[in-house]
Amino acid sequence: MSVTEAVRSDADTTAATAPLLSVEDLKLDLRDESGWVRVLDGVSFDIKPRETLGVVGESGCGKSMTALSVMQLQAPRYSRLDGKINFQGRDLLKLSRRQMSRVRGRNISMIFQEPMSALDPVFTVGAQIRETVQCHFDVSKREADERAIEALDSVGIAAPRQIAQLYPMSLSGGMRQRVMIAMALVCEPDLLIADEPTTALDVTIQSQIMDLLLNLSQKRGTAIMFITHNLALVSQNCDRMITMYGGQIIEGGPVDDVLSKPLHPYTKGLVHSIPDAHRARGTLNAIPGRVPSLRAMPPGCRFEPRCTHAKALCQQDVAIEDIGNRQIRCHRWQELTSTTEGSP
Amino acid sequence: MTSSQQTATQAPETGTAQVPAVSVRDMTVSFGRSRTLVRAVDGVSFTVAPGEIFGIIGESGSGKSTLGRAAVGMVTPSGGEVRHGEVDPFALTRKQLNAHRRKYQIIAQDPNAAFNPRMTILESVMEPMYIAGIGNRAERRERALAMLDTVALSPEMSERYPHDLSGGQKQRANIARALVLDPEVLVCDEVVAALDVSIQADMLNLFWRLKRDFNLTYLFISHDLNVVSHISDRVAVMYFGKIMEIGPADEVMNRPLHPYSEALRSAEPEIAAYQQRSRERIILQGEIPSALNPPSGCRFHTRCPRAVEMCASTEPEQRELAPGRFVACHFAEEMLARFAPDGGGQKHQKVG
Repeated sequence: MSVTEAVRSDADTTAATAPLLSVEDLKLDLRDESGWVRVLDGVSFDIKPRETLGVVGESGCGKSMTALSVMQLQAPRYSRLDGKINFQGRDLLKLSRRQMSRVRGRNISMIFQEPMSALDPVFTVGAQIRETVQCHFDVSKREADERAIEALDSVGIAAPRQIAQLYPMSLSGGMRQRVMIAMALVCEPDLLIADEPTTALDVTIQSQIMDLLLNLSQKRGTAIMFITHNLALVSQNCDRMITMYGGQIIEGGPVDDVLSKPLHPYTKGLVHSIPDAHRARGTLNAIPGRVPSLRAMPPGCRFEPRCTHAKALCQQDVAIEDIGNRQIRCHRWQELTSTTEGSP
Repeated sequence: MTSSQQTATQAPETGTAQVPAVSVRDMTVSFGRSRTLVRAVDGVSFTVAPGEIFGIIGESGSGKSTLGRAAVGMVTPSGGEVRHGEVDPFALTRKQLNAHRRKYQIIAQDPNAAFNPRMTILESVMEPMYIAGIGNRAERRERALAMLDTVALSPEMSERYPHDLSGGQKQRANIARALVLDPEVLVCDEVVAALDVSIQADMLNLFWRLKRDFNLTYLFISHDLNVVSHISDRVAVMYFGKIMEIGPADEVMNRPLHPYSEALRSAEPEIAAYQQRSRERIILQGEIPSALNPPSGCRFHTRCPRAVEMCASTEPEQRELAPGRFVACHFAEEMLARFAPDGGGQKHQKVG
């Protein structure tokens, strides 16, 4: 207990400069019956302590795979990870399975999209939270139960003692997601990965859950990696964001900058495809085509086949560039920003 | 401001001489019996003019899907009446109803569940014509291919099986299948909910084009405010089986007269610059109450930020506060007063 606390305060003092999580050139290969296929290709990003990072993109672009890789939740027989995942001064990819399982749930925890499939239907929610506590702390069953009830109370569940004795099936979607959050935060992790935590919920419940998530993390100083396809949620809740496409990061930067002035045609396309009452009907800006298959990635820029601005140049490989506090992976971003904005 | 997009469809709204494509009066749909009786839809009235896009917004459990299904005659209401034009679909014989139904199609949310995995897309799109006894095989094939072309699916795609298609492509095929019988009214139940935003934009454009080309009438059901307000002429906001508010889409979005519409609007995240982000948001407490045990008085009072004692005891009546705007709330007049010109009400006024 005292050791972990020492580690935490150590992390706090260096907080000003060092990132909490620093992923460097992460590559992930997965295997199926037709062989290995590259799913993530050179993903690099940082999360600073207390920061909320939004990860956006369409389905199949590698958002969830990035999260699962940080947690190392893929089956080892069918996956290969390469690169560095530095977390609190350690490379998580160099840890043994035992060491990694101590990090999971304690220092980094995760909330999944569909709480019903993440909760065990044959145990009460109280027992499931207690199990998490007992995995990481040497406490009595009674003490663990108390912490579980406290956790349920902290996520705004009225009558936590009664709810702790219920099975997941008797809870509504919003309540289940609250239980998931309670479980993820009960060990006071430094990093919380939230993978589409509100996608299955109604909009009024979504605003409750987002409010709760941000308040709790602010109070406890938890950093959040927030995965979503909803740009508006990112706009309202995150400090920085990255856009992923075809297993790569194609744009990154502070949320307000990226959303008000997206540099990559793909991010631009996503921003402009959101329907609203002010846009004339029939004129929404759809992105033609679909995300390319992993086995048939285009050779150069991966967005090239769908990009309306593509030129011959775009068939060549493109590296991610740093410009100030933003990153961009596009051959033509400079030309495109100067023409679309009509600046001299 | 958004009136330009409304002009094209203004006529059917004001044209009272026209017989509505769908009219629903005081309709109730209930399931179960005695102690387990659930009123999924409870005394709902509205009309949809021919060529109009009528949006229905609501959270899960609000009864919006049941309403859509009952409006096209797939579920029999337990009370009230439904008219399709001048026809009462529930007074028809089974045979008449089967023929009549072809004009009233429904497109479901999940395209994966809507196709027989053992039939090619083309076979699936041809099947409704076979059942309806339209044309011979060659004619049916030709019409199915033409309809698939309309929704931008190539003949090559039509020979594939559902699992070979992406979600967006399947939804297109689903639409083509609803269109082959030349319907007049289309109920779209969460048709874009399962799609990525870039594909969703494409589908919404398609729906708009089809409406124009085929002179369709839509009942557009969704929980997504952005989607409904973008596509609809008029919207109804549902909560717990009742309609809280009906009005022109941009009016209801920008000047909501019911606290629930206001809360929904406020809960919908928006892309906003940092300064605007601090706008006062209304976060509703609690969840939709149990259907077996509906609240007394106004159904929304358990979660309403404005609720007073009266709301728990007296159910507010639906009344017309401004032309075409129907609201069921005790405070609707107060809500309306905020938008009065002398109150300095701008379009994005927010209450504290």
